Amino acid sequence: MIATQNRASIKGGEFLIKETEASQVFIPEEFTEEQQMIAQSCRDFLMAEVWPRLDEIDQAKSPALMSSLMDKAGALGLLGTAVPEEYGGFGMNFNTSMLVAEATGAGNSFSVALSAHTGIGTLPILYYGNDDLKSRYLSKLASGEWKAAYCLTEPDSGSDANSAKTKAALTEDGKHYVINGQKMWITNGGFADLFIVFAKIENDKNLTAFIVEKTFGGITMNEPEKKMGIKGSDTRQVFFNDCQVPVENMLSERGNGFKIAVNVLNIGRIKLAAATLGGAKQVAEQAVKYANERKQFGTAIANFGAIKHKLAEMAIKIYASESASYRAGQNIDDLIEDHKEQGMTDAAAKLKALEQFAIECAMMKVHASEVLDYVADEGVQVYGGMGFSADAPMDRAYRDARINRLFEGTNEINRLLTVDMLLKRAMKGELDIMGPALAVGKEIMSIPDFNMDGSDELFAAEKIVIKNLKKAALMIAGAGVQKFMMKLSEEQEILMNVADIAIEVYVAESVLLRVEKLIGVRGEAACALQKDMALCYLHEAVDKANSAGRTAITSFAEGDELRVMLMGLKRFTKIEPMNTKNARRRIADAMIEENKFVF
Amino acid sequence: MKILVCITNVPDTTAKIAFIDNDTKLNKAGVQYIIGPYDDYALARAVELKEQHGGSITVLNVGEADGEQQIRKALAIGADDAIRVNCEPSDSYFVAAQIAHCAKEGSYDLILMGRESIDFNSGVVHGLVGEMLNIPSFSPVMKLDIDGNTAKFAREIEGGKEYLEASLPLVLGCQEPIAEWKIPNMRGIMTARTKPLNVVEPVAVPEAATLEKYTLPAPKGAVKMIAADDVESLIALLKSEAKVL
Ligand SMILES: Cc1cc2nc3c(=O)[nH]c(=O)nc-3n(C[C@H](O)[C@H](O)[C@H](O)COP(=O)(O)OP(=O)(O)OC[C@H]3O[C@@H](n4cnc5c(N)ncnc54)[C@H](O)[C@@H]3O)c2cc1C
Repeated sequence: MIATQNRASIKGGEFLIKETEASQVFIPEEFTEEQQMIAQSCRDFLMAEVWPRLDEIDQAKSPALMSSLMDKAGALGLLGTAVPEEYGGFGMNFNTSMLVAEATGAGNSFSVALSAHTGIGTLPILYYGNDDLKSRYLSKLASGEWKAAYCLTEPDSGSDANSAKTKAALTEDGKHYVINGQKMWITNGGFADLFIVFAKIENDKNLTAFIVEKTFGGITMNEPEKKMGIKGSDTRQVFFNDCQVPVENMLSERGNGFKIAVNVLNIGRIKLAAATLGGAKQVAEQAVKYANERKQFGTAIANFGAIKHKLAEMAIKIYASESASYRAGQNIDDLIEDHKEQGMTDAAAKLKALEQFAIECAMMKVHASEVLDYVADEGVQVYGGMGFSADAPMDRAYRDARINRLFEGTNEINRLLTVDMLLKRAMKGELDIMGPALAVGKEIMSIPDFNMDGSDELFAAEKIVIKNLKKAALMIAGAGVQKFMMKLSEEQEILMNVADIAIEVYVAESVLLRVEKLIGVRGEAACALQKDMALCYLHEAVDKANSAGRTAITSFAEGDELRVMLMGLKRFTKIEPMNTKNARRRIADAMIEENKFVF
Repeated sequence: MKILVCITNVPDTTAKIAFIDNDTKLNKAGVQYIIGPYDDYALARAVELKEQHGGSITVLNVGEADGEQQIRKALAIGADDAIRVNCEPSDSYFVAAQIAHCAKEGSYDLILMGRESIDFNSGVVHGLVGEMLNIPSFSPVMKLDIDGNTAKFAREIEGGKEYLEASLPLVLGCQEPIAEWKIPNMRGIMTARTKPLNVVEPVAVPEAATLEKYTLPAPKGAVKMIAADDVESLIALLKSEAKVL
């Protein structure tokens, strides 16, 4: 289906030490007609059923409205895209389910309900359920006959999820677990028929997961939480009082719950990245239209450079984030296929592949959710006073965007995870980071290679920039590890800086590779704006890496070492200047001309 | 019941229209195409009628290969098979002749299409097809039920509605609210690729007219605001600029 040459061409996290060929990445322009039709159906659904009711949804007078929208989405098949056909779904590949997440991502509270149901609600059963559990529950969830919620968080256990206190105790006859405890922030709680519940058995160190039907009894809940945004998403505190769960409804094994929670969130993260992209595109489109309509000083505000800059920045960031998200999505698909060819079951192959790319999933969650926040914030700004009006769309967009940096692991947790996973894989010898890091350490002591231009091949110079950015990340991470050894985890500020550089490198490389591949298909003239976007993004990434790098280096190095590392950083964050103002104007003008988000 | 639904492949309603080749051709670059919105409703009603009465739906497009995307969408929405008459749909008479030719071969009970396409909007193809097949045709039909061999339908007329009955076969030009607009569902999309799409060559039709060129309407001028009590200026402008007095 997809014209990507080598399958499984790269390991998770390996982008930091390995170059990738443009031919090896998937680009969204390669989505097939069928995949695009699927995405269009999702957008049509939002247009027909969700957007006309945004106010009513947010008033949240009763959970029935959201539940009925989920029924309609189910009838259209939107709840079963990732579920295999044998369980009533459509067995689409991972990148298609990402595309569905994106295309339904502009539905505000509805999108949250949908993704909680199809993601954290359904996937634990899909990946960890035995045949009996899968056949009992999956088709009901795929059709929307049943709605699902995921109960991990508790009042005293959020980011530190494994510290949950909810208990599960085996009854004397050994037939049931009795669950007692309190869960918090449970999306879809008010109308869910099925809850994935994490609890501890006796004094276990790790959680165990259970599938709990509403009708098992002993489940009560508070009124919906009053929230800053996604007001129409039904979020509850859920109480389990002697809730009797048949032993067969334990998911996987005792003590495996934390692993399930982590892996399912991991998948949720990259899908959340896709969903936020959908939201961001919607905001960007609204901003372009408003900028064309609104006149001040005798002209449309779209004619002002300050506004063009905002519109262009929205497009650049969205396009870049999209490039990286689907690149990772395809890496995951390829690895799934490889694993399956080697005889793994569908579920095991998916889990293993997603685990392999957990670093990319965490990075994309951070990046895309922050892009959405940026876009929503500037969307408000483009709308001026109307941006602050509850009668215009930016108010909701701005408030609803914010949650994405919090759930599915806060962005701090995901940044920490990014570096933690990279270093752990390095320690285990799965990723050779230390070798290249040492080489970089030597390189900064030697005379710099001033040959920046490379050949005259497309993006030759830019590829050197990317290579250098990777070196910057390796230099800082390597020095940090040497300096702090096992105590590096206490230096979170440095870890955040390293994560930021890694994220920027990954995204900048992805957008460059995308445009390179696209130029190969359509020719350079047809891709001038895409090239502008890739280059603008790269320039910004270099600045960010430089800033994060300096903050990190100055926080631990002194004297000669400080000077050498800062010199190294300067060398690794060097880029030929370009007129990004004019590039941004071209990008903005294309959208202004078409009066929509055109990328 | 055998239903034939004719669909057009037309530029999206928001597309920017520009001409090339000395204003004789639409510039298709960057233009998004859709199933004609009225045709979409005709198809939606056909799907509902099939659900109620059984039978089959064939979708027909007179057009070039780039329209197959729309045909596959129609298959995803619920048509069983498709025919594409491989040619440029040059004018209404030509298109009607192609449809009539295919319709004769398939002997359909109902031939549905939109009241008009949204590119050329001539709104005569249903009438022409009816004449060519020597069966009745009606448009614009906004309500349609089938009872045995009889169609019961409502048609919009000047200032009101007309309720009619006629026996099949019939040609009907449709418009909303004849059916609920349909979004292709996942199952439909995934089965569309397994449904037959037959490409046939057009029959020869004598050319009724040749195209010279297209022009775009003049751009909308800026609005001039005149204070409500300043009648004199208004009259002056109506005389000097609008030249209507
Ligand atoms: C609207 C909404 C819907 C939700 N839906 C669900 C759901 O369906 N199911 C579910 O189980 N949960 C759900 N959650 C819970 C959500 O996942 C948690 O709120 C989130 O994981 C953060 O946990 P917390 O709120 O306890 O914050 P805390 O963990 O208290 O974090 C507070 C701050 O401290 C930071 N922090 C915490 N630990 C560290 C650390 N080790 N290092 C550095 N910084 C740290 C955080 O990044 C954050 O900035 C939802 C939350 C909301 C708001």
